[in-house]
Amino acid sequence: MRDLSAARQGPYIAASPLVRPLPPATRLLLRGNSEVMAAALGALGLEFAETACRAASASGRSALWLGPDERLLLAPQGAFSEVFELLRAALAGRPHSLVDVSHRQCALEVSGPQAGLLLNCGCPLDFDPAAFPVGMCTRTVLGKAEIVLWRTAEHRFHLEVWRSFAPYVSKVLALAARELTP
Amino acid sequence: MLLINCPYCGERPELEFVHGGQAHIARPANPAECSDQQWADFLYRRDNIKGLHAERWRHTHGCGRFFNALRDTTSDLFLATYKVGEQPPTQAQLKGATA
Repeated sequence: MRDLSAARQGPYIAASPLVRPLPPATRLLLRGNSEVMAAALGALGLEFAETACRAASASGRSALWLGPDERLLLAPQGAFSEVFELLRAALAGRPHSLVDVSHRQCALEVSGPQAGLLLNCGCPLDFDPAAFPVGMCTRTVLGKAEIVLWRTAEHRFHLEVWRSFAPYVSKVLALAARELTP
Repeated sequence: MLLINCPYCGERPELEFVHGGQAHIARPANPAECSDQQWADFLYRRDNIKGLHAERWRHTHGCGRFFNALRDTTSDLFLATYKVGEQPPTQAQLKGATA
């Protein structure tokens, strides 16, 4: 596979004090049954659990639960070959689907004590730490765009946004941030 | 906002969901033996119930799963949701849940 990462430009991200773009990353979408998930997460050194809407994370690698048979795997940009080969070896002979979606999405980070309040401008989920604890992740909607939301700390959220939705999502957040006191 | 209880993810806002038509419609085991009328009924004819209706829903902007729901079409009240392949709860079970 030709590496075109040097020629690629990130999408436009509206400036906002609470939102910052995260660097490019390796993203793989894995689908398969529990056996496949257990083998894949084991190979990546992550803890496997069937619990819905929870992310496992260790040493820069993460696996986000998106559905009973679907996980989004995240790793640093340079780790693609290593992660892909690990997964290919671990999943050989098991029916599964492993798709590289690194370039389909970009990541945003929303942080600050008002991060949950800011996201509530377009996302009706309850961001109380009891209802949406640290480590919870889910696919949901923000305004008119579908996003993947992951709470990495009490006052920090990781957003996976499709590339073409990123200008819209960042503008919605930047506009809403003007309503909040800095 | 109306909350719908996804059997996998729990209570979620309605705008994450998509309606998927009537539930529990079994495909004929051997379509070649069906008359045209039977096949057309399977494909197109649906109940239009006023009251309790078993429907398919999909958590499109969430886990992506299809599931079934018992909904009152007059009040838009979701009485129960359950996974595909399971039987809908009986009246007695519903009464026990709401009592």
